[in-house]
Amino acid sequence: MSFTTAFHKELLEQRRTRRFMIAIVVLVLFGMTSPLLAKMTPQIITMIPGGEAFSMLIPTPTINDAVAQYIKNITQFGVLLALVFGMGAVAVEKDKGTAAMTLSKPMTRWSFLLAKFAAMSVTFIIAVLVAAIACYYYTFFLFGELAIGAWLVLNGLVTLYLLLYAAITLFYSTLTRTQYVAIGLSFGTLILLGILGSLPGIGANFPDALISNASLIMMGETPKNWSGLWVSLGLIFLSLAGAWLVFRKQEL
Amino acid sequence: MNAIKIEGLVKTYGSVRALDGLNLEVRSGSVFGFLGPNGAGKTTTLRILAGLALPNAGNASVSGIALSNTTPAPYARTGYLPEEPAFYPWMTPREYLDYVGRIFKIGSKERSARVDELLDVVGLKEVSKRHIGGFSRGMRQRLGIAQALVNHPEVLLLDEPVSALDPAGRKEVLELIEELGKECTVLMSSHILADVERVCDTVGIINKGKLITQAIKAELMEKYAIPALELVAGNGMAQQISEWKERIERMTSVSGVSIEGYTFRIAVKDVHSAQRELMQDAIRQNAHFERLEIVKPSLEDIFMQLVNGVEEKK
Repeated sequence: MSFTTAFHKELLEQRRTRRFMIAIVVLVLFGMTSPLLAKMTPQIITMIPGGEAFSMLIPTPTINDAVAQYIKNITQFGVLLALVFGMGAVAVEKDKGTAAMTLSKPMTRWSFLLAKFAAMSVTFIIAVLVAAIACYYYTFFLFGELAIGAWLVLNGLVTLYLLLYAAITLFYSTLTRTQYVAIGLSFGTLILLGILGSLPGIGANFPDALISNASLIMMGETPKNWSGLWVSLGLIFLSLAGAWLVFRKQEL
Repeated sequence: MNAIKIEGLVKTYGSVRALDGLNLEVRSGSVFGFLGPNGAGKTTTLRILAGLALPNAGNASVSGIALSNTTPAPYARTGYLPEEPAFYPWMTPREYLDYVGRIFKIGSKERSARVDELLDVVGLKEVSKRHIGGFSRGMRQRLGIAQALVNHPEVLLLDEPVSALDPAGRKEVLELIEELGKECTVLMSSHILADVERVCDTVGIINKGKLITQAIKAELMEKYAIPALELVAGNGMAQQISEWKERIERMTSVSGVSIEGYTFRIAVKDVHSAQRELMQDAIRQNAHFERLEIVKPSLEDIFMQLVNGVEEKK
């Protein structure tokens, strides 16, 4: 009950502060334009003065280029949104005093935190879903049919990747009283996980492997190593549990 | 029966001891004025009672239910108004009160009626559909009072409830607090002693994290019934007022001085000695005054006597 009340308020906040709309517009825009950009890249290059010389070198764009462009855009801008949406989630409420107003009433701190993550999840799930439909339509129109099953798995993995950074930022937002410190720490973690994910041998065990696996699935291959998925799920759990452990004793 | 009981409460922030073994008992059904200078520990006490902070030592209970010493958690039948209530700027007052009603698990029909009632009581009905972000501090304070009342609290904790209000708003809210005193126990901190004197039936004075005294207001006024003097400085004395005040404070028969405009309010240990000292000083310093008279002591006089440690000397 306490969670339902908090969740209802968080969803209303996502709508009123236009975060919901911003997430949909940004992700749909990049979802829609990714296949377009892939298709038009050779033409764009020939339009640049002197670019005709390179046009012969550029291979004809394929459906895989469209998918690769989509993954790149949606993860980059999606992670940015996750960091921006999550950074003030708790820090600003603590700083302004709204958290104290709510938590001086019988609202559990766990519900307060979980509702924030759940509302962000709803926003990202819907935004990625709409972006995926838009991208599918344009890709179908420009390149041909995508395997629907693989496309759904790819978008599921992309959503999980975004939710991981939403959870990490929520943890830092709980830890600090300033949203800028929270986004700084989240950005540092993003870089660290990116570096770890690019290390040969162990890289496949980190969250960036979600994206590599998504690409493999779209190319019709079966990924062998799924530890990146378990590590991501584990990090989401740890971030939320850590946030609660910190927040439950925090003075407001 | 006590609505609030505090025993040996200690709260430290680094090297600062905000509460230093505070003991306090608030009788059920009373309107308790919690007084103290800035930094005395009033807000810290209220935050602990509201479940927002943890004490380092000691116990506190509200309506017989002990507050947690390990995890901050509020008591469900408490209403709390912080000194500067904060709201979601994108919400309307109606939405906020409805949200609070949901937290208290009040059914939809009852909640809607309660929200209407409270908006009416605090005079926000006409702006009930406007976003709180555009509200003045006074309007936010009124909404803060409304949100503290949603659950028909048994105990109401008010931290400086009228500090942001204009005189008319202050009068209305003080009357409301007086009314609430018939339904629940009110613990109200304030630095405006006249407000406390007006609405509270019991007074507790805290200084440096310790309770100096606690008594029924009438008993307190009687106990410290030493009259005060009021001296009105004459025209042309504006430049010398602060210097004059310092001289009066140094007088052996004086225990405290406050100034409002040209009027000195002087708490004294002995009226006749103080009168004599004041007259002699005026002649010596060529300071002229329009009036010097004996007045009944106010809560402010008693507060100053106690905070200045005169009680111990007596």
